[in-house]
Amino acid sequence: MANHESTYEPKSAVAKWFDERLPVARLMHGQFVDFPTPRNLNYLWTFGGILTFCLAAQILTGVVLAMHYQPSATGAFDSIEHIRRNVNYGWMIRNMHAVGASMFFIAVYAHIFRGLYYGSYKAPREVLWIIGVLIFLVMMATAFMGYTLPWGQMSFWGATVITNLFSSLDGIVSGLGTAIVEWLWGGYSVSGTTLNRFFSLHYLLPFVIAGLVVLHIWALHVAGQNNPAGLDIKTKSDSVPMHPYATSKDAVGLFAFLLLFAWFVFFLPDYLGHSDNYIEANPLVTPPHIVPEWYFLPFYAILRAIPSKLGGVIAMFGSIVVLVFVPWLDTSRVRSAKYRPIFKWFFWFFVFTCLALGYLGAMPAEGVYVFWARIFTVLYFAFFLLAMPIIGIIETPKRLPQSITESVLGGGKSGVAAGATSAPERR
Amino acid sequence: MKKATYKTLALTASLLAAVVAPGHAAEEGGEAHHAIEHQTWSFGGFTGQFDKAQLQRGFQVYKEVCSACHGLKHLSFRNLAEPGGPEFPEASVKALAAEWPNRITDGPDDSGKMFERPAKLSDPILGPYKNDKEARAAQNGALPPDLSLIAKARSVHNEAFWPKHVLLMARDIVKGYQEGGPDYIYALMTGYKEPPAGVTVAEGMHYNVAFPSKQLAMPPPLADDVVAYEDGTPTKVANYAQDVSAFLAWAADPSLNARKRIGWQVLLYLLITTTLLYFAKKRIWSKIGH
Repeated sequence: MANHESTYEPKSAVAKWFDERLPVARLMHGQFVDFPTPRNLNYLWTFGGILTFCLAAQILTGVVLAMHYQPSATGAFDSIEHIRRNVNYGWMIRNMHAVGASMFFIAVYAHIFRGLYYGSYKAPREVLWIIGVLIFLVMMATAFMGYTLPWGQMSFWGATVITNLFSSLDGIVSGLGTAIVEWLWGGYSVSGTTLNRFFSLHYLLPFVIAGLVVLHIWALHVAGQNNPAGLDIKTKSDSVPMHPYATSKDAVGLFAFLLLFAWFVFFLPDYLGHSDNYIEANPLVTPPHIVPEWYFLPFYAILRAIPSKLGGVIAMFGSIVVLVFVPWLDTSRVRSAKYRPIFKWFFWFFVFTCLALGYLGAMPAEGVYVFWARIFTVLYFAFFLLAMPIIGIIETPKRLPQSITESVLGGGKSGVAAGATSAPERR
Repeated sequence: MKKATYKTLALTASLLAAVVAPGHAAEEGGEAHHAIEHQTWSFGGFTGQFDKAQLQRGFQVYKEVCSACHGLKHLSFRNLAEPGGPEFPEASVKALAAEWPNRITDGPDDSGKMFERPAKLSDPILGPYKNDKEARAAQNGALPPDLSLIAKARSVHNEAFWPKHVLLMARDIVKGYQEGGPDYIYALMTGYKEPPAGVTVAEGMHYNVAFPSKQLAMPPPLADDVVAYEDGTPTKVANYAQDVSAFLAWAADPSLNARKRIGWQVLLYLLITTTLLYFAKKRIWSKIGH
């Protein structure tokens, strides 16, 4: 794909003049108009575009909110109410931003699970995958700091619990963890100072994500897209131009996703949040159950499953870091789980494991919940560290189609030879 | 493609069946939690809108009962006249603000002193206490919370054990259930009961089945006939509780009417556009085998 030549032809003298000096239009045309896209992409591949939309929407609504928000311990909570009540359509912008964070994570989880199912992390897409993991990490940091900003009870206590995790480093070097935590807080507890710097970083990090997204797309366009068959594009008939084929499908996916988005923004704006966050932060009153936002719950369950604090922190970060090694943990040469009869089952069990951890993360850390959180934490890591390497070795994959074209049109109708002259050229 | 569609349909159908099947979050209360029943609200679900007359009655209850201890600091008097709320005539709200007993501290004046003045339309609806310390001193150590957001700050928790937990969650999402706050307030207002045998109620506390710890400092605020309704609505505790819960739901979410109205317009637009885009996509892809 890297050697794919843009078919851009400037249509006016000005465009030609510009093209000879800065061929941006040529680049965009080559990468987003006539870029060869596998013809067999399903709707799960629309989440990339959906995620780009989510990032843009969060930045746009966030910039407007920042015009009315006050990042101080005394002003933050009231300024959110000011936005909800007095700013014209402030309630809508605020709902879009708060719900948007959840939608962003719904989309990113669909995107990650799609990558895991179809083996999108395998050669030559390892760097693409790792940049994706980095984006996920920065997204989590951004979301965590964003949740602090309304300065409600869950904001405050969530920030307290999560920043305090670093104090577990005292177990390695005495005083190191405490020093880091005080440095993060800018004091001896979570305070207005902490809120102020979190606001600054919350505004900065989305632009870091945007930069990483550019690299992610760059790496994607070097290797080309993976696809449900997990095969490379070999002949011209295996691919279609991105526009209008992939773009028309992306548009359907995006608007269907917006239906869900709007459903929550207008009818369930507070469903995904916690009611305690409508109580102003109070350092003297600890809520009975401190729970993070839903999208952190599986990781929170892993954190609490380990009896030692440092161990819990290591396990929690490890549960994300392990993703970086997935391209090498999976020993199978076949990409798509469609042709992997054993791995397929383990994949779905892994999805169940993540959902179960999410449920357990929302429950109090006591009794039977802790027991099950431990079981599922072990299963979570076992998927990556045991199932992935072992299944790849013992599994006999199903017969792979000769080409993407064959996987779409069936072996009878079209082999590679027939496919080579097939439809896209006739459009 | 077709197969996937059928699978999705089957999944959706089974989910819907689970949702429609009778199951009450209320029944699922654990040992420690009192079952909080879901009430019927005019503003419930995704077509609901506030009932103006109910909000007016609810404000009357707030003014004559609750405001003795609780403020509504995030609301201004002008909100009471705005569309989507109780919609009192502006003149009467002006008069109400001017007579409001809890006056506004303003200043400093030309001599450098702070002074008190009657409230205007743009001023917040204050409670009787200047600060939390004063409130606690007057209330035997208890703090009457500000009520502007109380309907958002309380909810009915889904206590069910999974997998029922997940089904109830799906039901709430499909039905657009956001009325946990008013459901809780109603349960609290009507939850004062004689303590069961063996339970000792601490001095100055009152037994209430809906309150998480069962004992709260607030004495039963409502009794039959304490507020004189003018529109013929029965003057019973249940009616007062309904009306004041609805009023507090509005106080916490004054844009609800506009939100749901705009929501339907947005959904309709998205539904039509998605359908059109789908057929456009089908047409584009019909040129090649897929």
